Amino acid sequence: MNSTLVMRDPTAETSPVLRERKRLAEGTRLDQLTVALFDIGKTRGDEFMDRMEQLFTQRQIAVRRYRKPTNTRTAPVELLQRVAAECQAVVVGLSD
Amino acid sequence: MPANPPALAAAHYLVFLKQECHTCATLEPVIRMLKAQLPGLRIVVQDEPAYLADLGAEHDNTLALSFLHQIEVTPTLIRFEGDAETGRTDGWVRAEWRQLTELNELGADQREMMPGCGSKSHEPGVYERLVARFGESGLVSRPIEPGEWDDPMEICFERGWTDGLPVVPPTDERILRMLRGTARKPQEVVGLVPPNLAECTVEKVAINAVMAGCKPEYMPVLLTALEAALEPVFTMHGVLCTTCSAGPIIIVNGPVARAIGMNWGINVLGPGNRANATIGRALQLIIRNVGGGRPGEIDRATFGTPAKYTFCFAEDETDPSWEPLSVSRGVPRGRSAVTLFQGDGVQQLIDMKSRTPEQLTRSIAAALAVVGHPKQALYVSAMLIISPEHYAIYRDAGWDRARITRELHAQLLRPGRDLVVGAQGMGEGIPASKADEMVPKFWDDGLLIVRAGGDAGLYSAICGGWTGHRHHDESQPVTKEITD
Repeated sequence: MNSTLVMRDPTAETSPVLRERKRLAEGTRLDQLTVALFDIGKTRGDEFMDRMEQLFTQRQIAVRRYRKPTNTRTAPVELLQRVAAECQAVVVGLSD
Repeated sequence: MPANPPALAAAHYLVFLKQECHTCATLEPVIRMLKAQLPGLRIVVQDEPAYLADLGAEHDNTLALSFLHQIEVTPTLIRFEGDAETGRTDGWVRAEWRQLTELNELGADQREMMPGCGSKSHEPGVYERLVARFGESGLVSRPIEPGEWDDPMEICFERGWTDGLPVVPPTDERILRMLRGTARKPQEVVGLVPPNLAECTVEKVAINAVMAGCKPEYMPVLLTALEAALEPVFTMHGVLCTTCSAGPIIIVNGPVARAIGMNWGINVLGPGNRANATIGRALQLIIRNVGGGRPGEIDRATFGTPAKYTFCFAEDETDPSWEPLSVSRGVPRGRSAVTLFQGDGVQQLIDMKSRTPEQLTRSIAAALAVVGHPKQALYVSAMLIISPEHYAIYRDAGWDRARITRELHAQLLRPGRDLVVGAQGMGEGIPASKADEMVPKFWDDGLLIVRAGGDAGLYSAICGGWTGHRHHDESQPVTKEITD
């Protein structure tokens, strides 16, 4: 050990805590689910989501639309809880 | 005087000396007498190994003994009974030395009092090194121990701790030295740093400040800048993640700028000043290392900007006619403050021919109108950095900050029909519904003006703001007073 040069870790020393995302069971059909279309609030994100909604609807898949108040912040907890309560799958939409 | 008083039977002594200390040298006869009278006297010399070797003096070459006994001055005489220290005196105060040694005629031919010299263990930078080597640092961050042949600089790169430039290895002694720049406790939590919303302690700030190359006296500015960046309305998360080039630009106001030697003059936005360069860099390293915001990962900037390495400067407050940025944003005059603006790199405006404030305002407004996109409005903010020579045109005509700001906004009011989507053959633009309105380029508070730069040059500089500013109430610059 180079004792005169012991350094200290500048990081938070924790891997980011990733939420466990449960995989859907094999064979799950999307037309049995409600899919959240989650617009993160970027410019023209609504156009992207409009097209997604069109594609899902053509396949008889139920969708619900959600939108973050601004792309500059993480989504409010209440909004995430509402999505979790009302849908079983989510498309998080970017526009860049 | 008894040769060996009974009270001394259980006592023993330690004296710390330095040859280069005038008081120690003057007291040499006293020390020799003490050695003869007190068999339990141990002499420790901090500097010259051969000094008083004939008396069996020990050389404290590592200063370990001086550190362990917390010596601040030479000479220092300490009395022990058993393992317990029962008294000490530093410098030469004859009465105290006599009382401690119970030798009532000690130093009869010396003056009553002579101050000592500073201990070598307290020379600049030495004490923290001794704490790191022999003491309890109190640091809790994970130690990283390079192997015998490892290069610490390369380890910093390999672990992903750097912005691409070398960093100063964050050793305990450097971190402890940095922590002396603030009265805050090392384990105080400054805030949660995005994107991982990781707790950031003062110790972590100090570690990253070391790596960035800061001096300890920069800590109050850096800590306040970090707090400003973590204000929700600064939206640091978005600034970090955005595809835009923006990053946090730090503008420092007040006495602290002069105190720590910041640059507000020639080459103010360029390299060459340690405080300017390292405070901005330290903030970026904290976001990267503590928050986990790494370019190419969650930092999705299409271009980025060299300003994301560091962008920090001071405002020139030497002209009393100019209201400093911090004062215009609510901080009392004479107080130190930081303002953080979410902005891009620098666009220089050259106008060497305007001689009236009206002409110059039209020039600057024309340059500001294209920020973000020439046809966008209320979409980005901007920071105008006005040079002393350009400001002189305004000052000589009696225009102050408020007037300049007002006149620029007036010049930046444009017919919507020229800006709507499709107008001028450009797809980009504002909604067609605005065609019949006069549309301002910026929100009322969306134009920050700072006075800085070299004395020569009829130029100003513009830093475009981030597109997050289109959500006026959601994302704004932040000004915070430095109260440390």
